[in-house]
Amino acid sequence: MKSLLMAFLVGGIICALGQLLMDLTPYKITPGHILVGYVTGGAVLSALGLYQPLVELGGAGATVPLSGFGHALVQGAIEGVKSKGILGALGGGIEATSVGVAAAIIFGLVVATFFTPKG
Amino acid sequence: MLTKKVGKQTLQFPNTPVVKSWASAVGPKEGEGPLGQYFDLILDNNLDKGDKSWEATEQKLMQHSLEIALEKVKLQPQDVDYFFAGDLLNQIITANFTARFFGIPFFGLYGACSTLSEGMVLASILLDGGYAQRVGVSASSHHDTAERQLRFPTEMGTQRPMTGQWTVTGGGSYILENQGQGIVITGATVGKIVDKGSSNNNDMGTAMAPAAFDTLKTHLEDLGKQITDYDLIITGDLGSLGLNVLKELLARDGYPTDNVSDCGVLIYSPEQDTHCGGSGCGCSAVVMNYILQGMLEKKYRKIFFIGTGALLSPTSNFQGETIPCIGHGVALEYNG
Repeated sequence: MKSLLMAFLVGGIICALGQLLMDLTPYKITPGHILVGYVTGGAVLSALGLYQPLVELGGAGATVPLSGFGHALVQGAIEGVKSKGILGALGGGIEATSVGVAAAIIFGLVVATFFTPKG
Repeated sequence: MLTKKVGKQTLQFPNTPVVKSWASAVGPKEGEGPLGQYFDLILDNNLDKGDKSWEATEQKLMQHSLEIALEKVKLQPQDVDYFFAGDLLNQIITANFTARFFGIPFFGLYGACSTLSEGMVLASILLDGGYAQRVGVSASSHHDTAERQLRFPTEMGTQRPMTGQWTVTGGGSYILENQGQGIVITGATVGKIVDKGSSNNNDMGTAMAPAAFDTLKTHLEDLGKQITDYDLIITGDLGSLGLNVLKELLARDGYPTDNVSDCGVLIYSPEQDTHCGGSGCGCSAVVMNYILQGMLEKKYRKIFFIGTGALLSPTSNFQGETIPCIGHGVALEYNG
């Protein structure tokens, strides 16, 4: 129960920050900016070793938002370099995020098949 | 020698073209709104039965509105000399596809929400100048096609800020004749682009208000009129925020604002959660049905209708450009 609550809080705070960035700043920040900014921000924090503590604290609350995707990319790249040398930096990130990417494509296909989106 | 142009931007139509007929077709949300009873056709769904795309439904809305407008005065498409139409989509496809069905010599317009007034101005010029006996003017928009065109696909579920307006799903058509009794067009003021540097595509009312103000002020100055000479100044469509900005601009210059209203404010009730009200070419195109009906019922005798367009493109907006805005004014009078 405690881990559920922590995931909710950590994930919720991350997402609320994004919404506040869009609503309260004078710059025209779109969801697209948040998307790219969060992936990049997560990657940078992860490389500095600052994101892992957040994952330990919030679990899925930290890995499911887009910043978690950036974190997975960086951790994969670091692992790739350790096991395969410098070229592993290119493949490692993709490998580590492949489950998420493939799931997005497959679930997208399933939803599109059943609900024929028009937008 | 110019005889029908007055002042800087105003035209006068001594032959007073008459608005002979009008009709509207709308989506379900507009039908549930406070003006529902004034619309001729209300669809059950934003995607009409049998349509594969929202674009197809929008095209039908415009087509049906023109068909009904013709039907009301027992006219055939061949009785109409020219057809002006426009919408919000790339290459104004709704207007082009609609014109395909009627075989009327056609001018496509892009004026965003000012399309209807722009069409009325041009139609009046043709009619007053003796180039036509009858001209059709149509405009349409559709919430879901416009969201994709100008913002984000609806499936993304992007939150709309409180300054946002809800694009009206609807099409409206008007048949103008060169002479007759009824609601006549006495003059028009052609707007010029006003760009005060706003670039927020979720707050177009604020961007457009200065354009509406400029056109209204120029109109009154050109004709030497008072704002109170009109029973109603109706803008289309600034929304509630933009209308307040316009009223502030007017008040600053000492104009009374009691007779100023906006199509975007009228079309939805506050409970419909549209934030700042309606927008899109279809908004003024269907709300003017209600306003003209009000003129027939003698609620207003003289009105000045300013269609206001926020002429942004998604490309220029992504590139950080500001929004050029325009307002075209049409002076209408009921002489029946």
